[in-house]
Amino acid sequence: MVEEEGFRRYIAHIVLWIGIAVVAFPVYLAFVASTQDNAVIANGQMSLLPGGHFFKTYYQTIFVGTSGTTREPVGHMMLNSLVMALLIAVGKIAISIISAYAIVYFRFPFRMSIFWLIFITLMLPVEVRIYPTYKIVADLHMLDSYAGLSLPLIASATATLLFRQFFMTVPDELLEASRIDGAGPFRFFWDTLLPLSRTNMAALFVILFILGWNQYLWPLLITTRDDMQTIQIGIRKMITTTDALTEWPVVMATAVLAMLPPVFVVVAMQKLFVRGLVETEK
Amino acid sequence: MQKQAIFQSKLLPYALVAPQLAVVLIFFYWPALQAVIQSFLLQDAFGLSTSFVWFENYLELFRERAYFEAILRTFFFSFAIAVSSLSFALLLAVMADKPLRGSMLYRTLLIWPYAVAPPVVGVLWIFMLHPSLGVLSRYLRALGIDWNPLLDGDQAAALIILAAAWKQISYNFLFFLAGLQSIPRSVIEAAAIDGARPMRRFWTVIFPLLSPTIFFLLVVNIVYAFFDTFGIIDTMTRGGPGKSTETLVYKVYTDGLLGGNLGSSAAQSVILMIMVIVLTGIQFRFVERKVTY
Repeated sequence: MVEEEGFRRYIAHIVLWIGIAVVAFPVYLAFVASTQDNAVIANGQMSLLPGGHFFKTYYQTIFVGTSGTTREPVGHMMLNSLVMALLIAVGKIAISIISAYAIVYFRFPFRMSIFWLIFITLMLPVEVRIYPTYKIVADLHMLDSYAGLSLPLIASATATLLFRQFFMTVPDELLEASRIDGAGPFRFFWDTLLPLSRTNMAALFVILFILGWNQYLWPLLITTRDDMQTIQIGIRKMITTTDALTEWPVVMATAVLAMLPPVFVVVAMQKLFVRGLVETEK
Repeated sequence: MQKQAIFQSKLLPYALVAPQLAVVLIFFYWPALQAVIQSFLLQDAFGLSTSFVWFENYLELFRERAYFEAILRTFFFSFAIAVSSLSFALLLAVMADKPLRGSMLYRTLLIWPYAVAPPVVGVLWIFMLHPSLGVLSRYLRALGIDWNPLLDGDQAAALIILAAAWKQISYNFLFFLAGLQSIPRSVIEAAAIDGARPMRRFWTVIFPLLSPTIFFLLVVNIVYAFFDTFGIIDTMTRGGPGKSTETLVYKVYTDGLLGGNLGSSAAQSVILMIMVIVLTGIQFRFVERKVTY
């Protein structure tokens, strides 16, 4: 056995708690600020303990929004973010799983060329092709729409690769068995392959939901209408005016609200999250 | 590698790949092609005529001092973010890998910042270190530091690096922990029997065995620093003061949006694409992958 003396363990505990403090402090501060009065914060006199404005600030943030800069309640922005994140996650999984199915379970001309066409998209994030993509979305009249927000972000190969890899591990006997039972390609996909892929789909969904919810540059470019803003865009606009006008409690409440859904997903579905993260990256 | 048991159908497979192929072609290849074409064209100031200028946009870029500085700055940021985040995460992972009480709780409490969006990270950090109202700025000033990242370029850069590294801790921690847990206990025990003390065991046994993970994370962190820092920079400093926090991606954004210089912006996009392809190529070449193509 490798020895672990008592005092080394103490050091480990201390280091880990320091790590947790480093990681948590900025978020704690945001929460504390969201419960205090703006005038106190603007003076630089903020207390490190929660204040008494919790309900007032969060009510204002969710249902009214800032007084000046964004003109939109944050509740509505969260709805936009939710729709976008769900469309990206579900859309990506749906189109990827069927194309992976075609590539693994069928032989057809240009099969490998199509696979490579999809595969290469792994390499180019949306950031490097923003203006041309913007122009196409504008030409298709998809600015300020959920389709415009989500479709360009659905184009990626990670999910296809993951499903392809998983399908390769599914034993051939399963297909032979269902064929003997008279199942065609649709029945086999629906009754056998899809149920087997459930865990993979769930893990992928968790990761894609977080990535979708956290999108920033793309929504920033293609949303111009106030009612199409996502929460990530809203929070940026809240701090655009001169410092004196920034309503810090509302900004910080928005930051907390923007973090809640994805953080909840990570904590509540930790196993799936870790699995999805490792599988999409490896 | 191919499946032996397959279905026979002429049209069905095309119908199945069609949706993804359509999305990829319309929103991916078409814009990428447009960027490449655009980068060889020059538009006059009124957008009335366009002429083919070969590599003029690229040459113009490399003659521009600001672009050269943005390249250096981006690499410096990437390096600083990767090294600081990786070393802190490795320290935490080594500690969490020990048989401690509550190790699952530690893991949970350390991985959730992965889910915090870059613009939110920017807002959290600028609030914490804001020159006039930041809570930590008080202490910095008490230490005699003239702290004002909104005016001082070096301080702004430090702020971006800190915030970006902070966000990446949990990701790196998770992969380091997985890497550490895959090292067989017997190897470490053998080193212990040979009389190697913990520090020595770490540097001569664990660290070398962890090198594939380290290399993989290095590439991922550099790509992260290139692209995902956009949201952090945009909410904290907007590339300023001056141009002291303007990275390559941020420059593509501002040049295309404000400058209206589409040729130059497209040329910058193409250069970025080449950089990503090289980085991904390195990752594929040197990182052992489970996937076989």
